[in-house]
Amino acid sequence: MTTLDSRVTTPVGSLAASREPRPSPPTTLIEVAGPSRPTKRVLLPRWLRKLYGPVALLLLWWSTSATGLLDPDLFPPPGAVVGATTDLIADGELFLHVWASIQRVLYGLLFGVLGGTVLAVLSGLTRIGEDLLDSTMQILKAVPNYALTPLLIMWMGIGEEPKILLIALGVGIAIYINTYSAIRGVDNALVEAATTLGASRAALIWHVILPGSLPGFLVGLRLALSGAWLSLIFAETINTTEGIGYLMTRAQNLLQSEVSVLILVIYAVIGMISYAFVRFLERRLLAWRPGFQGT
Amino acid sequence: MASRLPGDVIPSASNAPVPEGQAPPEAAVVVTGVRRRFGDHTVLDGLDLTIGAGEFVAMLGHSGSGKSTLLRALAGLDPEVTGSVLVPPQRAVVFQHPRLLPWKRVLANVIFNLREPDARQRGYAALEEVGLASHARAWPATLSGGEAQRVALARALVRRPHLLLLDEPFGALDALTRIKMYALLKRLCHRYRPAVLLVTHDVDEAILLADRVVVLQGGRISLDLPVTLPTPRSRSEAGFTALRARLLSALGVEERVGDADPRDASQGDAALQAADPTDGVDSSGARSWSAVADSPEVSR
Ligand SMILES: Nc1ncnc2c1ncn2[C@@H]1O[C@H](COP(=O)(O)OP(=O)(O)O)[C@@H](O)[C@H]1O
Ligand SMILES: [Mg+2]
Repeated sequence: MTTLDSRVTTPVGSLAASREPRPSPPTTLIEVAGPSRPTKRVLLPRWLRKLYGPVALLLLWWSTSATGLLDPDLFPPPGAVVGATTDLIADGELFLHVWASIQRVLYGLLFGVLGGTVLAVLSGLTRIGEDLLDSTMQILKAVPNYALTPLLIMWMGIGEEPKILLIALGVGIAIYINTYSAIRGVDNALVEAATTLGASRAALIWHVILPGSLPGFLVGLRLALSGAWLSLIFAETINTTEGIGYLMTRAQNLLQSEVSVLILVIYAVIGMISYAFVRFLERRLLAWRPGFQGT
Repeated sequence: MASRLPGDVIPSASNAPVPEGQAPPEAAVVVTGVRRRFGDHTVLDGLDLTIGAGEFVAMLGHSGSGKSTLLRALAGLDPEVTGSVLVPPQRAVVFQHPRLLPWKRVLANVIFNLREPDARQRGYAALEEVGLASHARAWPATLSGGEAQRVALARALVRRPHLLLLDEPFGALDALTRIKMYALLKRLCHRYRPAVLLVTHDVDEAILLADRVVVLQGGRISLDLPVTLPTPRSRSEAGFTALRARLLSALGVEERVGDADPRDASQGDAALQAADPTDGVDSSGARSWSAVADSPEVSR
């Protein structure tokens, strides 16, 4: 019914022929795709290739210890650390301390994520919520939360409560800051479009604003998780006889360098697991994002 | 011509009076004395417009003339317009950008907020009509611009609107896709017979598609022309060219501008279109407006 846009068919060659200098041909052509550029063959799965770095580090540690390059009094060889580990596992101590710490972190995460999300939604969606909460949270963010430790102890004693609250505070602030700004950043064009489709306010929140702020929430969760293990170290300086932090303090006092290294390894493993957990959530929840493969 | 009577015309602007039975029974849109100002900039200045049920009206106007402002008023998105705006309750909007929810798959976007039990079947049927049934489970981000816009069209039509509002829906599409979209839109409108208000800056598009073309200028409708050309239409017909010249002059645009070589001018229509100022000039303006509209800060 219509003709092609004539710009497609307008002859332009005659213009260039007489007046313009002929373009000089490039001297060489390079192949950017084609048969002689075979696609790289992947030998190992990605998760395995990601272990290259850590394994190389282990090998370096082992070889420098074996050759005496690393002073065993300053940095124990792998064998000594393995020995200390098996001892701690055998008498059940390791499990006890790690489990005590994991529980604190899980409770801190639970309360922090819930609290941070609720506050972010309140202040992201309502004017009064924003007026009441936002500057308060921004101020709290500026305070290093372990500076609150003395106050928390005075208020709550030296039981589990101040420890969990300390972790929850850090988690809650990370979640709040990121979720709040993600809610505020949801594309208003989408809100409008949904409005023209007759969406109620509840439907707008549930189908547009909350999913739209999910990427920000997950960024917050990632920060919160690493922050939680950091807070844990401070939390476990509050009088306790259980937890990785206690184990660390004891090792320091008894000059057990193997246990100190073991604790480094534990934190590293825990950090990797936390990271993998958030990546897993992102892969499940953000599959819709353009170009998101979820590595 | 109208296959149904949208007798249930309702006021869209919150401050508009509710004149019972004042709208002519065949009308889908009755706009009287609509005003809208931004600061001291009056964009709509006592505008009147009536659109009949099932009628396809194209609205032309320069970038910034208030086309989107009027369309948003009709969509019920602008609570600050004054005057009377009567529209049917069943409306649907297609914007220049598809505005699909990225976290919902294509079919879920089409049937978003539909509460009928057969919504899925209807959504699927709507996708079939726009040729995208095979993409029902795709994420919007994986669609091309034209495909996404077809989904937006399906999302609008699945609601069987009595009034379909289109704000430069083809503005972001390439020329070839646009031609295919024209045919699709015409076919679907012929089947469902909604009243249509197509806002565009493309004179050819307006003449190709509409039963009536209006020009928005100075905050009012400055020209209101029926398009009596037979369908299917083509840009090469004499009546088409005459109508285009008339509309362009109403818009105050000289079509034979630029550095067209005398040799090119002899090629007639082709040269005219190559130098057609409406495409390049206005579309950039429209883009800059849509940046204003799409920015989350503006209306919060
Ligand atoms: N939210 C807004 N705030 C301030 N000015 C606006 C707003 N929306 C539109 N305008 C102004 O109203 C005029 C008409 O805009 P618009 O209706 O988008 O024009 P069109 O769609 O015809 O290109 C423009 O001058 C624009 O700057
Ligand atoms: Mg516009």
